[in-house]
Amino acid sequence: MGPLIPNGILSYEWNIIIAVLIGLAFGFILEASGFSSSRKLAGVFYGYDFAVLKVFFTAALVSVIGLYYMDYLGWINISMLYVHPTYLWAAIVGGAIMGIGFVAGGFCPGTSICAVAIGKLDAWVYVLGIMIGVLVFSEAFGTFENIYNDTNLGNITLVDSLGLPASWIILTVTVIALIAFFISDVVRKRVKKVFY
Amino acid sequence: MKESKKNRHVYWNPYFGGFLLGLLIIFTFYMTGRGLGASGVMKSGVVTMVDQVSHEHTLHNAYYSKFVSGDKSPMNNWLVFETLGVLAGAFLSGSLANRIGFRVQHSPKITVKRRLVFALLGGILFGLGAQIARGCTSGAALSGMAVLSTGGFITMLSIFGTAFLFAYFFRKNWI
Repeated sequence: MGPLIPNGILSYEWNIIIAVLIGLAFGFILEASGFSSSRKLAGVFYGYDFAVLKVFFTAALVSVIGLYYMDYLGWINISMLYVHPTYLWAAIVGGAIMGIGFVAGGFCPGTSICAVAIGKLDAWVYVLGIMIGVLVFSEAFGTFENIYNDTNLGNITLVDSLGLPASWIILTVTVIALIAFFISDVVRKRVKKVFY
Repeated sequence: MKESKKNRHVYWNPYFGGFLLGLLIIFTFYMTGRGLGASGVMKSGVVTMVDQVSHEHTLHNAYYSKFVSGDKSPMNNWLVFETLGVLAGAFLSGSLANRIGFRVQHSPKITVKRRLVFALLGGILFGLGAQIARGCTSGAALSGMAVLSTGGFITMLSIFGTAFLFAYFFRKNWI
């Protein structure tokens, strides 16, 4: 029963091989979906290309539905999976800073790595920027320490936060995504085409 | 095939790409118990470089010291190997579609210099924000949402919400 490596079904050495293979698929899917193009990515913020919204939400829905089904069928133990911890203010403030960085630079870290691989020089500069950002954060850690450690709510899920069953939450997120997909197609027809 | 040679910007149907990405996330959790990530490798890179310059400094810094322990290199971690795969996978896909080449992609309305300046500034902000939120769009938002992490959903809403709010100020760069 999964997860295989934490449960000791696959030895730890496999982890490295699996990491490279998973990365290979990750990079291929992102690049083939057009995520190595900053102008395509930025389209979601101006209404001329909704690939980001569609790929991102489809992936989130497929994965959350799949993982909960596998848990239901007993193939995976969902309580053993790593849940990204919730530091309320760090998530909001960090997310807001990333949002400005996204619309200014046109990439996020994963997509910039894909663009680096196909030779986009703006992505090379973007990655350099990320590293400077990490350096600034680390060197001035004292300044950011409060916000970084503030309001630690632990490894909570929406099931804990909202007090609703997972199935309801997943259904709600699915409906929201379907509405968003529909609206995005309507919007795109009305917005002036941008060729890139 | 002929079609894609004429236009290098023909990509997969986004729902198809998203579906495959979702399956990949399931596979990643099934195997390793964790999700995907991207910004972690840049952190490892910075920690390694600073550690090379001054090991004393990394040990005394409250943030770096979390990632340097004993004789284990900070580059010896899962995300670094995953990223090597990402580079290879993206290169493979780009090769098949004829998209390889050194160039700066930008709107015809702006100069190369302006594009690069904004790319650098955007990168700095994203790098900073990803450290504060403990992850980026991949590690925090996408992998978080796959297991219904509250923090993952909040980070996702915050990233895209803020980007929409500020899109107006950066519109010259894109449209």
